[in-house]
Amino acid sequence: MTTHGTFGHFVVGSLREVTRGGLLYWGWIAGLLVLVGLGFVAYLGQLDDGLQTTSMRDQVSWAFYIGNFTFLVGVAAAAVLVVIPAYVYHWKPIKEVAILGELLAVASLVMCGLFVMVDIGRPERAWHLIPGLGYLNLPSSLLAWDVVVLNSYLALNFVIATYVLFSLFRGRQPRGWIFTPLVLLSIPCAIGIHTVTAFLYNGIPARPFWNSAILAPRFLASAFCSGPAVLLMVMQLLRRFTRFEIRDEAIWKIAELMAYAMFVNLFLLGAEVFKEYYSSTEHLIHMRYMFTGVDGKTSIVPYMWLSIAASVAAFLLFLVPWTRKNVVTLNLGCLLIWFGVYVEKGMGLVIPGLTPDTLGEIYEYFPSRSEFLISAGIFSVGFLLFTLMVKVATPILLGEFRVTPPARPTDGATPAEAT
Amino acid sequence: MNEANGVSRREFLCAVAGCTAAAAGSCVDVTHTPFFRERLRELTPDELGAIVARLADSYRERYGRDFEIGTEPAQDGVEFAYALDLSRCVGCRRCVHACVEENNQSRDPEVQWIRVLQMDKHKGIDFAHATPYYDPETVPEPGHFYVPVACQQCRNPPCVKSCPTGATWQEEDGITVIDYEWCIGCRCCISACPYGARRFNWADPAVPDEELNTRTHVLGNRPRPRGVVEKCTFCIHRVRQGLYPACVEACPTGSRKFGNLLDPTSEIRYVLEHKRVFVLKAELNTLPRFYYFYGT
Amino acid sequence: MEGYVTRRTTGPLRSLAVLWVCLLSSPGCDVGAVHENDAVSTGFEWPSSAQLDADFHVPRPPLSDETFPCSDCHDPEIPVNRQRRELQMAHTEIQLRHAEWGRWCLDCHDAGDRDQLRLASGERVPFEESYRLCGQCHGDKLRDWRIGVHGRRTGSWSGEKSYLLCVHCHDSHDPAFKPIEPMPGPRPPRRTP
Repeated sequence: MTTHGTFGHFVVGSLREVTRGGLLYWGWIAGLLVLVGLGFVAYLGQLDDGLQTTSMRDQVSWAFYIGNFTFLVGVAAAAVLVVIPAYVYHWKPIKEVAILGELLAVASLVMCGLFVMVDIGRPERAWHLIPGLGYLNLPSSLLAWDVVVLNSYLALNFVIATYVLFSLFRGRQPRGWIFTPLVLLSIPCAIGIHTVTAFLYNGIPARPFWNSAILAPRFLASAFCSGPAVLLMVMQLLRRFTRFEIRDEAIWKIAELMAYAMFVNLFLLGAEVFKEYYSSTEHLIHMRYMFTGVDGKTSIVPYMWLSIAASVAAFLLFLVPWTRKNVVTLNLGCLLIWFGVYVEKGMGLVIPGLTPDTLGEIYEYFPSRSEFLISAGIFSVGFLLFTLMVKVATPILLGEFRVTPPARPTDGATPAEAT
Repeated sequence: MNEANGVSRREFLCAVAGCTAAAAGSCVDVTHTPFFRERLRELTPDELGAIVARLADSYRERYGRDFEIGTEPAQDGVEFAYALDLSRCVGCRRCVHACVEENNQSRDPEVQWIRVLQMDKHKGIDFAHATPYYDPETVPEPGHFYVPVACQQCRNPPCVKSCPTGATWQEEDGITVIDYEWCIGCRCCISACPYGARRFNWADPAVPDEELNTRTHVLGNRPRPRGVVEKCTFCIHRVRQGLYPACVEACPTGSRKFGNLLDPTSEIRYVLEHKRVFVLKAELNTLPRFYYFYGT
Repeated sequence: MEGYVTRRTTGPLRSLAVLWVCLLSSPGCDVGAVHENDAVSTGFEWPSSAQLDADFHVPRPPLSDETFPCSDCHDPEIPVNRQRRELQMAHTEIQLRHAEWGRWCLDCHDAGDRDQLRLASGERVPFEESYRLCGQCHGDKLRDWRIGVHGRRTGSWSGEKSYLLCVHCHDSHDPAFKPIEPMPGPRPPRRTP
């Protein structure tokens, strides 16, 4: 069969896969599409009126969009890092875990790109960032580095996932000598994207709240909490609705590793809090703004305490073996840590870093309606993309969707065993 | 960017913009349009002339006024610096408003390149307790002093370092400028600037047509589009013609001093030699060309 | 006197020296002239008086036709009254707040020629050169003013500049700079709902 024919078959088959689903599936897709539509309309408004439709001002000139971007870089990084335990502990469905991680990374990076695009003042000039065509200010600009590493990482994950899925689709086993090095390469790259993103903030001495050497480690620690939380929930869903074989032990092991990450995350936060409050220099004001408010300006304070409470609660749930292994408390913990890290990165990193501003002014930022709508729209694009990719990938991984309809496996074996 | 790259880039853009290029004339012209042109600092004088002519046309169309858009380059042997006498400044904000008018800053939404901070005498230079929003009947208010802050024209500018597209750079005479058609509006420079000197156009800048200053410089006070960053350029359109910046001339107390750092007889050199000066946030090693001093 | 100055004193010491020279020297003392020979060790070249005069022009003093020439009213025939007293016939608006404990009108205004001012040395100076009178006490200010560091300058940083006289900004009888009305402050940023 020609490659062309194979590809045509793949497209048709994929379309068949994504249009096949129950009420729950269609409800989910429809809900996401509605949010995408609302976000798109809001974005048209932003294009018409400029970024004044956001609550960002010169005093707080990066905010919700960039906070979401930062959080999602963490998700993208950590999704792939889940591969590490899969290798270390020789799990059977390693390829499935890896592919799911790659797909989540791809979806997250698409959202990252969209969040940057909606944040910049002249999106039509984004081509200025393409080396050769435009001008990328390397090596001095950290955002330029971020553009390079994020796009490389997106390409890498896209290539791995496409290669493996298309191989399986064509009824061939992906070659280990291609697959393994690429997956292994993606691990340092995952650490790299989050480190460079941390350095984007870290490298700004004008903002003492960010100019702390443990910022990159904190980024990684929090990413190790939030990224796997998504995967844990996705794995449980797949286990329930498909023939995916994911053993409890694998899930518990990931949860256990997350507990360590949560501890490190809280410990690093504590170290930061101690340093600021004990030394009590003029730089303390940013942390005070975050935890207690300054001069009666307290609009983000409740969110920060909620975030810490959620992170601590999740840590305790994951620390105790019984709650870690209980389906209800496990998923509650996943939601709590997702919320905790999301608020910490979305609001707790960017806003206090810029408040008070460099001349001491406190402008109380809170996202505008338009920012919420556009962000929800972008998250919906990401979830939609991830859903569709998983919808196509799952039957391929299970060997149910192939170029030549396979004989139903009778021995219950999954292709994973071949690795 | 080397010559080979420049050519290939141009060819690429021609391919991308094939239709518009055909309509506009020759292919090379495409890179002279505001959208497809190269960065201003890479243009030859001829190309810059062509760009400026097009800009003037578009301004005439848009504002109904003839703009004079200067392209004077930095002069040899000139490095600008500024000094501000904190013992004299009374915080009257004449400089702020002179700057707004001279440099076509948006009136609504309000964009102001100079921020005058009121500080407590017993606290010294302390941004945490400063405010730009003081509003008494008369200034100076007892117990307070005033620190006007604008772009410090750093020798080691964090904004230039952070810009991902190279849309902002330091000229030979020390002025950090912005290419308004190259800036993508990512605001990295705003985060990086320790002096809050950079302003973003959150909406379309609005200046009443009759209040426009039509004497401009391509790197300075010409009308800006929405979605890009702007800042003080020491009135590049004035100082490159030998004039003082508008704020210097507007200051009723004569607190503002400006001149050529490389000229030993300039008043700026006199200040450095005879007064004790300091710079804001010296610990950040930005090495400002904007000095503060106490004349008395 | 020249010998004293050419010791190349610098900084505050030199300004004291300038003041000292002015106070003690014979009529015709000119601060700029003193410095013509004063090569400063820091490498700073002091412009000569001639250069200064060429470089800037000083506007006319703020005198109105109603008040100037002073000799329109101050008839030389009227006997000179040097007594410190409350003025009742004219100039009642003048409140002297300028070292008033030790000074009276004729310390600065020349009794013999009311259209001129008078230095401590007895030298008469026209109102156009009133800065020389001020500089007798405020030598450091005069020095800073000449170079352009005290007071407002307009024009060209590299060429022709305009100065203001001391009295354009300071009321000579009450020289402290008066509070002025500030222009409007910035509008605080507002959130978009």
